[in-house]
Amino acid sequence: MSEKNSYEVGFSSDALRQPRRIVFITRKTSAKVKEEIGPQLMSFPHVILRESIAFQVLTIVLVALALFWDAPLEQLANPLLTPNPAKAPWYFLGLQELLHYFPPVLAGVLIPTLVVLALVVIPYFDVNIEGEPLWAHRSRRRLQIYAGAFAVLFVLLAIYNAWTVLVPTALVGALGLIPYFNPTGNSRFQKFLGSRPLPWWVMTWFIAVALTLTAVGTFFRGPGWSWVWPWS
Amino acid sequence: MATTIWTQQWLEQLRQTRLWRSIFRRGPARTNRTRSLAVFGNLGLHVLPVKVREKSLSVRATYYLGSISFFLFVVLTITGILLMFYYHPAVPDAYRDMKDLIYVVSNGVFLRNLHRLAAQAMVVAVFWHMFHVFYRGGYKPPHEFNWVIGVGLLLVTLFLSYTGYLLPWDQLAFWAITVGTNIISYIPVLGRPIRFLLLGGHIIGQNALLRFYVLHCVILPLAAVALIAAHFWRIQKDGGLTVRDDHE
Repeated sequence: MSEKNSYEVGFSSDALRQPRRIVFITRKTSAKVKEEIGPQLMSFPHVILRESIAFQVLTIVLVALALFWDAPLEQLANPLLTPNPAKAPWYFLGLQELLHYFPPVLAGVLIPTLVVLALVVIPYFDVNIEGEPLWAHRSRRRLQIYAGAFAVLFVLLAIYNAWTVLVPTALVGALGLIPYFNPTGNSRFQKFLGSRPLPWWVMTWFIAVALTLTAVGTFFRGPGWSWVWPWS
Repeated sequence: MATTIWTQQWLEQLRQTRLWRSIFRRGPARTNRTRSLAVFGNLGLHVLPVKVREKSLSVRATYYLGSISFFLFVVLTITGILLMFYYHPAVPDAYRDMKDLIYVVSNGVFLRNLHRLAAQAMVVAVFWHMFHVFYRGGYKPPHEFNWVIGVGLLLVTLFLSYTGYLLPWDQLAFWAITVGTNIISYIPVLGRPIRFLLLGGHIIGQNALLRFYVLHCVILPLAAVALIAAHFWRIQKDGGLTVRDDHE
């Protein structure tokens, strides 16, 4: 083996002359580290064709709905005639429902700001990136934290009488305990719950509360923001 | 059958012409090279990746929610421009224009229905898209910043919908915006100045309508287009959509 042709041979045993490259790959730490990319297709025509069909289906559905459903139009705006209740657009009715319970600075400013901030930092604060189930390790310690967090929330919500927040919170909270007390549950649903990580539970709780508040604000609130049944 | 062959031959000849080639800068998309050219040689398509993983095309991977949000934005842009031809951002002309759309303009009701419906659908689609991406883990590295752009797009969508809500100038519009802008005034110190800036005064009147109109028709759509372009382009730069095995 002549010195001149060493590049053809490959690795030399001298680490100083030919540095080794060692890569440690941790399982599922990053989308960059894929087990395999799998088969690929050309965007043209495969993606373009599918997207075109999706656009056409969407347009047909929209046109069909627009033919039978009419956009609402009430009387000319009158600043002297306040409707009771005056409602925000539906996607802000969750906020309006919160304003009913909490002081305006908390419900109208602090909570929405925190929600937006929380959404922004999700990818940077996802410490449990492996997707480890909530009760996988140190489950007793975690149960204490879980129960503590729920107790604080419960007291806060009860003080403000905010039971449209409390009910979905309690439901999701109880759902989270099922896999703790029955870790060997064999049904598909129980297996599903048992494999969910903490971020999943937090997001599910958030969606449950947001949906409940929006639905209540839209359908169950009447004059003076009192409770009404949508069919009465 | 014979017609099909004839059409194919005719198309083939058309694609070889100097005019066709001058427009599309490539021959028929029959090889992977020309198919790649079809994407990155096109101003509109070049933000997309040339190749995608087969798995990311399955319906369950995306439910096409991102695409649907974008398509709704396209529908809203087209119907919105048409509505602008019939609309004056003035009190009380705005309301009269609504009545004209219903009673005078051909297909005016249909046009307004379509815009309103697509607007509500877009808010739903964008929220759904976000939650679906979250549950699929689509925000994980290297997609972190695209998630942040997405949160920006959610906010722009909400503001677009909200500013559009005032434009019909009926009771529904007026009081919904009253409720919303009252919330702004609860912000400590800055609340009242921000509300004044948004409304162009202390009350919701002519100035507020004009400001909401300009925000709705110019500023926010431009912001949305810029963010959408960045959002799509980042998918390609971050190495395609997150593909996950379905083991739920």
